[in-house]
Amino acid sequence: MAHPAATGPQMLTANCLRQGDVLYWKAGGWVRDFAQGEILSDPATATAALDAAQKFVTDNRVVAPYLFEVREQNGKIRPVKEREIVRAAGPSIRTDLGKQAAPETKHV
Amino acid sequence: MYRYDEFDAQFVAERVAQFRGQVARRLSGELTEDQFKPLRLMNGLYLQLHAYMLRVAVPYGTLSSKQMRMLAHIARKYDKGYGHFTTRQNIQYNWPKLVDVPDLLDDLASVEMHAIQTSGNCVRNVTADHFAGAAKDEIEDPRPLAEIIRQWSSLHPEFVFLARKFKIAVGGDKTDRAALQWHDMAVEIVRNAQGSIGYKVIAGGGMGRIPYIAHVMKEFVEREDILAYLEAVLRVYNQDSRRDNIHKQRIKILINTIGPEEFRRRAQREFDEIKENGSLQLPPEELARITAYFAPPEFEKLPDEMPKGDEAFANWVKTNVHAHRAPGYAIATITLKSIGAVPGDASADQMDALADLMDRYGLGEIRVSHEQNLVLPHVRQKDLPAIHARLGALDLATPNAGLITDIIACPGLDYCDLANARSIPIAQDIARKFADLDRQHEIGELKIKISGCINACGHHHAGHIGILGVDKKGVEFYQLQLGGSGAEDASIGDILGPAFGEHEIADAVERVVDVYLQERAPGERFLDTYRRVGLAMFKTAAYEKPIFEKTVA
Amino acid sequence: MSKLIKGGVFAADAYAQSGDDAALPDGPVLVSLARFEKERDALLARNTPVGVLLQSDQSPEKLGEDVTRLSLIALDFPKFRDGRAFSWARMLRTRLGFKGEIRAVGDFLYDQINYQHRVGFDAWVVPDSFRLEDFSRALGEMTNVYQPSADGKKTIRELRAGLKH
Repeated sequence: MAHPAATGPQMLTANCLRQGDVLYWKAGGWVRDFAQGEILSDPATATAALDAAQKFVTDNRVVAPYLFEVREQNGKIRPVKEREIVRAAGPSIRTDLGKQAAPETKHV
Repeated sequence: MYRYDEFDAQFVAERVAQFRGQVARRLSGELTEDQFKPLRLMNGLYLQLHAYMLRVAVPYGTLSSKQMRMLAHIARKYDKGYGHFTTRQNIQYNWPKLVDVPDLLDDLASVEMHAIQTSGNCVRNVTADHFAGAAKDEIEDPRPLAEIIRQWSSLHPEFVFLARKFKIAVGGDKTDRAALQWHDMAVEIVRNAQGSIGYKVIAGGGMGRIPYIAHVMKEFVEREDILAYLEAVLRVYNQDSRRDNIHKQRIKILINTIGPEEFRRRAQREFDEIKENGSLQLPPEELARITAYFAPPEFEKLPDEMPKGDEAFANWVKTNVHAHRAPGYAIATITLKSIGAVPGDASADQMDALADLMDRYGLGEIRVSHEQNLVLPHVRQKDLPAIHARLGALDLATPNAGLITDIIACPGLDYCDLANARSIPIAQDIARKFADLDRQHEIGELKIKISGCINACGHHHAGHIGILGVDKKGVEFYQLQLGGSGAEDASIGDILGPAFGEHEIADAVERVVDVYLQERAPGERFLDTYRRVGLAMFKTAAYEKPIFEKTVA
Repeated sequence: MSKLIKGGVFAADAYAQSGDDAALPDGPVLVSLARFEKERDALLARNTPVGVLLQSDQSPEKLGEDVTRLSLIALDFPKFRDGRAFSWARMLRTRLGFKGEIRAVGDFLYDQINYQHRVGFDAWVVPDSFRLEDFSRALGEMTNVYQPSADGKKTIRELRAGLKH
């Protein structure tokens, strides 16, 4: 899943190796909150971010980074795919769990 | 139930130490993720949508109260206070951290539990009838053989890198509560014409992308030959399955490609050789030794007399209580399906309370069924009102076992990395729609099964009504199937037509149910009416209302 | 680069692996099944050890009676997930009575070494970076086994029965 999409804004995500939770790329590092994540507006920027992320793989910090499409909806950035919407928030049927319950803004 | 001896305990302890070493090597980078993944999978550890997920083995669905308390402890200590009981009688935790898993496994080992081979391309958890040892008409308790198979298949050096996963089930009753015909391989305990007990072996069943019902491999295998025959089947599969297309690597594909007769011929050749070699023969003393672990408890001499209670109690008894082989006893089903709840989930508090219930009323034992419910196999009839009251206080007394709101749903896109669509909200919608208990009783037995993707962990092919979540241009849609069955009358559901939107599927189910109510003959379940009248009427009703393609707004 | 483990230690590889069209070197040689089938008589007439490399989809039964004439059979793991060679090794040791060297080559994990050892492998081609202590550890991590295999190791059931006497 590491190939960049053809056009349009994207973001980069991975899982923390030790903790397992979802991370979003921001400014050469990772945040836990989707809303803080960096928007990669063109394919070149996206590819560069994905390449830079590989260091965190080889350093055994993150697992399986990949790009996914986002778009603007009612003034907010949202993932395009339902899967990424769920991944950014938490299980839709347990709103007391996952990031939707207590979003963090710490860098990894 | 089975008790570990020092060999079993050492085996599990060494396995945890091995995994602890593998985790350390992964964190230091000595193992890459690609190298580590098969190792962690063979210890039941997935990386899912939100976090790691650990699948703990519950062999043939049997748990002691001590084990149940540990499951509750693990939910609190390492997870977020709950667990999910699965369609293979296991339990899953959705939020463990990789760094904690070795300690978690050590805690499990302290109560004779593990997560070995609950994932990976190997023999998985061996499942069995959740009424084993209690059902009235059982030929023989399937669990001793299931335990023998479990041991034989544990880290079997030849079969830990199979072409795909391999699921085995054992049945001991003419009524099939273990969905035998849907398994890669299954053993049915049978009597031959002379009245001797032996084993009928079937293979090649499976869910997933292309569903199949199993074929008979051997009508009657003698007791002492059973491991030799099972090994023969696995050997042919390991040697002859294709390895070039992950979607075509289950044994069901091999058997249906070369034909059951050719597969039987190849298995027979291996079997003859293994039997002659002799090392896998199962001596009667060994079968007796393992069987002794599963000896029925000391039942009191009690009259067969169902106590009376209020309407709520009567409703619960109607669906959730089954006849027991011992007079004065009963089998009580605890559905983890309260209306609007997440199917199969139980909180740590509920687990602890259940452990107390097991000790007080259940001779310390509980079963996990493949329908995401729990079963107290041995309760006294006279204790049923007290049990029901206690369950009620725990929100575990929903009187819907086998009814339309007793829905099976995989975790789906809410949790699972593989999913295309969410399944739990659909289950909740349908349950809420049909919540009225009188209506549920009017409908009667109706098994709805929902899968969030083609991997079919929700067993939708075997649903009287099956629902498959699909992804159409990034939007969740749901395909309807009718007429599947996981019982001894196994059948694959028929796809009705184009998929429905997430806000339409529950209504479509309702229209289909209405056709049944309209067309049924006396005594017919939904499944029976469907089989008699066929697809057409149901299809017309389901699509009565046009489906609006949701635009990606 | 790679090295050979044999007899539990790093060992020099006596065999030269020869491609299908290359001239055969002097001394022990390892060839593909295709080459062996083509040049069988010549190879066996050379009076030096002959080894055959089998791909994962090539059953040792293809060697027929010649199995007893070979000193080495190398079984390839094209990808560690492809576990067919576990069955081929077992077949070689049991049905075919092969007493020569069974060598694991290709892509396999250190965690598979114990299983390979049980089904009859006795030599491994490993990367240069591989440490012998990893090999010993791999073999020693699980003391006992539940099921019989080609190694003839006593099973837990046999140990249990033994305790009774």
